[in-house]
Amino acid sequence: MLAEGIFIYLAAAIIVLSVLVITRSNPVHSVLTMLLLFFHIAGLYVTLNAEFLAAVQVIVYAGAILVLFLFVILLLNLKEEMLERRYVGPWPLGLMAALGLFLVIVLSLRSFAPGPPGAFTTEVIRAETNTKALGKILFTEYLYPFEVVSVVLLVAIIGAIVLAKKRLRS
Amino acid sequence: MIPLHWYLLLSAGVFAVGVAGFLTRRNIIIMFMSIELMLNAVNISLVSFSRYLSDLRGQVLVFFIVAVAAAEAAIGLGIIIALFRNKATAHVDEANEMKG
Repeated sequence: MLAEGIFIYLAAAIIVLSVLVITRSNPVHSVLTMLLLFFHIAGLYVTLNAEFLAAVQVIVYAGAILVLFLFVILLLNLKEEMLERRYVGPWPLGLMAALGLFLVIVLSLRSFAPGPPGAFTTEVIRAETNTKALGKILFTEYLYPFEVVSVVLLVAIIGAIVLAKKRLRS
Repeated sequence: MIPLHWYLLLSAGVFAVGVAGFLTRRNIIIMFMSIELMLNAVNISLVSFSRYLSDLRGQVLVFFIVAVAAAEAAIGLGIIIALFRNKATAHVDEANEMKG
């Protein structure tokens, strides 16, 4: 009963906060709402026995990505943007498309059948701790994708510098 | 135990909100945050699959998605700064030079 209550609170908060994120006219308010949203998603991960990912969610998303968003909003001068109309163009069409997508996903959920369970039951993870089990599988079976991700991050670093630096007048 | 379908419904809801935000708003920063919202929706469903199928591979995938989201945020915000320097706007409809 308690688990259901916690889930319903977290789910309601996540939906309400994500709607708030896309409807605020001030981007700073959106970012701060998103900060709350990420904390609630981290709470959801804790209820799903993914403590390491909950920590990563708070550190990377709330700590790094949102701070980056805030810095960019502070660098841009968005005073005029806020006075403009929030929804332009054929926005009811976009809303209909999103609703249609949601209905398609919900209808396809009815035919969903879970596959055979894997080896990492709750007892196994409890005996080994979540972070250790995740690290073992990440650095053995998924070592090659892990290295590829490091290349992706390197490309991101170089690309961000190249895109954001001022052109030198020669 | 909470049924898996509740988590998948929540994930579908957050994803649909992200799609709606991307399609209805024209402020490039809000559109960017909608993409992050969609990535988070996928993460929720992957973590719940990992829990209910008792397999850690879902969490490994979430780890990679978080890394790619961080890379994407850095590149995208660099593009936003470059766009703002050239056009002094964050409104995507005003960046239409490549339209034929």
